[in-house]
Amino acid sequence: MAMIRFTERPPFRNPWAEFERIRQGLDELSRNLSREGSSPRGGSVFPPLNIYEDKHSLLIRAELPGVQVEDLDISIEGDTLTLQGQRSHAPAGENISYHRREIQDGTFSRAIALPARIDTDNISARLVDGILTVRLEKADVARSRQITITTE
Amino acid sequence: MQQNSSTPGTREESTRENGYFVPTVDIYENQKEVVVIAEMPGVGSSGVEVTLEDDVLTIRGTRKEENREARLILQEYETGDYLRRFSVAETIDRERIQATMKNGLLTVILPKAAPARPRRIEVKPG
Repeated sequence: MAMIRFTERPPFRNPWAEFERIRQGLDELSRNLSREGSSPRGGSVFPPLNIYEDKHSLLIRAELPGVQVEDLDISIEGDTLTLQGQRSHAPAGENISYHRREIQDGTFSRAIALPARIDTDNISARLVDGILTVRLEKADVARSRQITITTE
Repeated sequence: MQQNSSTPGTREESTRENGYFVPTVDIYENQKEVVVIAEMPGVGSSGVEVTLEDDVLTIRGTRKEENREARLILQEYETGDYLRRFSVAETIDRERIQATMKNGLLTVILPKAAPARPRRIEVKPG
């Protein structure tokens, strides 16, 4: 049996102090996150996407304000859809001084792994009011089928 | 553009439950005008409202909801209305303000008023 000499014993510690310290740390973390949440928009990925799925098709929407149709390129290879493009809205004037500059310029590229096999001959894309909508029809093998159940 | 900050820079409250998005902006100035560019994807020219009242420029955009018939499998942005306000210096020529909406970008041009000319007042002997 291991013996601890009385003088070597660690000083008394409150066993709950450590939990309290962790709790305070978590509180601080969540406070920081919620503060970040109220800042003006400006995410880390561009463009932000919404993807919808129904029985027969996939619908991909992207927010692309200020992007011209000719500056946008969409390609599909296997199960990967790639969105590439560039945006430049900077004025071509002289003697300009900026008060605020929150809108970012430059090139972007995003690859999206499609959740289903799609019919590559049947894709449509539209860009209206800065929103890109890509509609992809699912391939026959990927469509959901109703299975009838029989009883005897 | 994710965050739904409730009623930015104002104390008035929306009757709808959701708050407003704060559009990102560029503001620049040259010798003739001040230009405000705001990102408002999904807003057409009929859904935008620009007002100048008591030196406060208000930009408001109304956006249609996206269809919810299909199942949403990835969501990186939310739809809602846009609102942002700026205080404007008095040297703006209010009559000639122009606003255009193109590709989800709103451009507001605020022309500067001609600088007031110094006038010399003659003092006549009485």
